Amino acid sequence: MITHRRAKWLMSGPPLLFLLVFFAAPSLIMIFTSFRFPGEFGGLAPISIPTGENNGNYGLTIETYQFFFSDIIYLEIFLKSFAIATLTTLLCIIMAYPLALLIARSEKKFRNLMIMLVVLPFASNFLIRIYAWMIILGPESAFSQLINSILAIFGVAPVTLLFSSFAVLIGMVYVHLPFMILPLYTNLEKHDPILLDAAQDLGANGWQRFWYVTWPQSLPGILSGSALVFIPVLGMFAIPDILGGTDDIMIGNLIKDQFLGTRDWPFGSTLSIMLTLTVLCIAGLFSWFARYQTRFL
Amino acid sequence: MTLLEIRNITKRFGNFVAVDDINLDIKAGEFFTLLGPSGCGKTTLLRMIAGFDAPDSGEILLDGHNIIDVPPEKRPFHTVFQSYALFPHMTVADNIGFPLKMSGKSLEEINTRVASTLKEVELSQFADRYPHELSGGQKQRVAFARGLINKPRLLLLDEPLGALDEKLRENMQRELINLQAEAGVTFIYVTHAQNEALALSHRIAIMNQGRIEQIGEPSRIYNYPVNRFVADFIGKINMLDATVIKTSSSHLTLKVAGLGEVTVPARDGIKVNDRGVMAVRPEQIRMVAQTSEIADEFQFTGKIKDFFYIGDVTTYIIDLANSTRIEALLPNSLPGHAKLFEIGDPIIVSWQEQSAQFLLN
Repeated sequence: MITHRRAKWLMSGPPLLFLLVFFAAPSLIMIFTSFRFPGEFGGLAPISIPTGENNGNYGLTIETYQFFFSDIIYLEIFLKSFAIATLTTLLCIIMAYPLALLIARSEKKFRNLMIMLVVLPFASNFLIRIYAWMIILGPESAFSQLINSILAIFGVAPVTLLFSSFAVLIGMVYVHLPFMILPLYTNLEKHDPILLDAAQDLGANGWQRFWYVTWPQSLPGILSGSALVFIPVLGMFAIPDILGGTDDIMIGNLIKDQFLGTRDWPFGSTLSIMLTLTVLCIAGLFSWFARYQTRFL
Repeated sequence: MTLLEIRNITKRFGNFVAVDDINLDIKAGEFFTLLGPSGCGKTTLLRMIAGFDAPDSGEILLDGHNIIDVPPEKRPFHTVFQSYALFPHMTVADNIGFPLKMSGKSLEEINTRVASTLKEVELSQFADRYPHELSGGQKQRVAFARGLINKPRLLLLDEPLGALDEKLRENMQRELINLQAEAGVTFIYVTHAQNEALALSHRIAIMNQGRIEQIGEPSRIYNYPVNRFVADFIGKINMLDATVIKTSSSHLTLKVAGLGEVTVPARDGIKVNDRGVMAVRPEQIRMVAQTSEIADEFQFTGKIKDFFYIGDVTTYIIDLANSTRIEALLPNSLPGHAKLFEIGDPIIVSWQEQSAQFLLN
């Protein structure tokens, strides 16, 4: 019994240590950093009073937090990120569901092949795939010209697809779609087909069979897929950087700018903490909802 | 009154003929059983009645109207599946109310009817439980309740007691008979368990290789099987190779291997020189010690070879002269004893002429 318990600790020791060093410690450093002043040329101002000099700020402060809450723009960026993450998640659900259902209901020998095709894009680099979208959505592309010629028929002026929220959304959905398909497929594949027979036998038509039998049973899959899409999208900075316009700044871009652009480490840390807290709240909400939804399992 | 008519139904899967030109009439209010070994086509036939599979040819008539093109959800039939097929994400009450909801009943009506149905099947306190929180017998009752609540014209039952243990199965059989009688719904019951079929049914159709071998009341089928397959499938029976040597209006005279000439009741369509078996049920064979006097027509001497003690009865394996072997069955009426004879005891076996019959191969 005791050796069994010791074995458990030994097994979980290395990952625990890893998380302690590379997650807990940096988080604590970040929290500490958020209460400090930025240095004159980046980095941090000293904590203790420097001897012989009396200019500049030093010590601890809650100035960055005051700053965050004093300007509505930061809240707006948070809300915009939220909106994009929500929209991306919804679009992913709408697009992934039919595909996952198709894969789950095809013959067993084809399923693995189709899943492999879903995962295949991961074989090429993420940034390269985003740059590819830059070309696809660019003004010279066949896609853009097709869209604009269709719009022209209806008398609508040509639109620029690239560097817009639309482009950001496309990139987000494109990158994260597999993260919705995979958990959804794993869930749908486990459904007992006899339940659909039973529902049909008891008078349910096609739509009712989906809505009352397939959909409620797939909620756990939708939930884990949503967590896998929503949370990374919320903190994403590369896609808005590459495909977005000047207005399409998300939390991730803001944080990146603080560290690499304006070199305001304390404010960057504050923003990061705000993002982490938000993500934790959402993750908590997801897991509460998951438990509520899966009482029947 | 005929509720359902099955006319020349045939279903093939590739080259395999699962259901071969079957004709059946199901009467309203009947407890009808399709009985046969696995692979005999009984489940395929049930699925065609439910509407899940379309027959390759033939018609299914409900009240005289062909329903072949009616999809399952539009047929006024409900099915109780072997695995129950309860919806795991719905409570007991929601499961039972599902057919009412699908037929567009008001929430108020659903609630009242579900409540009264729950009371009938004694599951009221389980209304808010999920199926995984129920025992096998409770799940079974939920499945029955769900199948019956919307008053289907026909309830199709696909080996519904298969997953239950022996004792529970006996209780459920009794409940099932009561349920059917109270609901007044016609049942078509599919099973491979012959004792279940005999105990429950008004009529039984014995199926084999996609065809119906015999249709009739349980006692009729048990006592007068039409052929060797039916006799062998229903209950235990002694079968001794026999050839017909003489026919008359009331009797057949057989030459039975090892026993010589034996007469059995006549039946239609049997000619001299037909080969088949003489069949006698083990419980209709009498056994007495060799010193006793008996009045039965046919008696043969033999020795007890072996026995199987089952509890209420003991089956004896008896070697007759010429190494012919038969089985006989006696109730253990002597208190404290597992058997009435010992291995090696010399005995006389006998049966009445009506107990034996000739079956074609």
